[in-house]
Amino acid sequence: MALDQSFVGRTYPPTDPYEVGREKIREFAEAVGDANPAYTDPDAAKALGYADVIAPPTFVFSITFKAAGQVVQDPQLGLDYSRVVHGDQKFAYRRPVRAGDRLTVTSTIEAVRSMAGNDILDIRGEVHDESGEHVVTAWTKLVARAAEPVESVEATDGKA
Amino acid sequence: MTAKIAYDDVEVGTELPARSFPVNRATLVQYAGASGDFNPIHWNEKFAKEVGLPDVIAHGMFTMAEAIRVVTDWTGDPGAVVDYGVRFTKPVVVPNDDQGAVIEVTGKVGAKLDDNTVRVDLTVTSGGLKVLGMSRAVVRLA
Repeated sequence: MALDQSFVGRTYPPTDPYEVGREKIREFAEAVGDANPAYTDPDAAKALGYADVIAPPTFVFSITFKAAGQVVQDPQLGLDYSRVVHGDQKFAYRRPVRAGDRLTVTSTIEAVRSMAGNDILDIRGEVHDESGEHVVTAWTKLVARAAEPVESVEATDGKA
Repeated sequence: MTAKIAYDDVEVGTELPARSFPVNRATLVQYAGASGDFNPIHWNEKFAKEVGLPDVIAHGMFTMAEAIRVVTDWTGDPGAVVDYGVRFTKPVVVPNDDQGAVIEVTGKVGAKLDDNTVRVDLTVTSGGLKVLGMSRAVVRLA
């Protein structure tokens, strides 16, 4: 079933603040095997000009994707979440996320399309810190695969 | 910000040091915990096969996180990344054996832009297949 085009442009209320912790950043950096000291050593981060340790570039996805859940699980939109895969991901950074940030995400539906029975949803997440400063924008393209198998569709990352 | 590479020292076509990143089931469990993405296709072989995948696959965001390391290792300052985007084209299949899978990443300067920024074009493969498409980052150099 094609998604309702009238959802394009819909913006959801900002999420509750997510407080970025040093240890959460460390855990993420270890999970991706990245030993860059800017992620774990406040002095190394300060030497680069930051007030505290910074997060790896893709760290913020955990926060924006959770926020995108407001859209994905909106019963009015009617997306078949069990068939959702992650198509594209893009970030535009104003500054790196750092420990101590309290981040809110405002999600907007940028586009809704149907192609070969697949529903394609583009969600933009605007991330702001406690002072209202813009930190990063995340664009997430989600594809809800057609209910019937379609030959031309390859399995992509099953981010669901 | 203090990238250790100078804008004037690079040209279109300058290659970044290539990297290989191993990934096995333990890596995926660790990433699931750190990222909060517990989708069973990333750790449960039975579930993955039931939904039509050949085996457990790596999180696309894990692959995206590894690929940008070619850029952040090069510049030294991860905060110098201005822009980063990828398309998830093929899954990284991670077999349950001693080897797991390997994500191979190369990068080269595709364009020199304004404000000391350059666009780095990344090529990301696993098992000889391109797993990320349109994989590009803009980074601010010294």
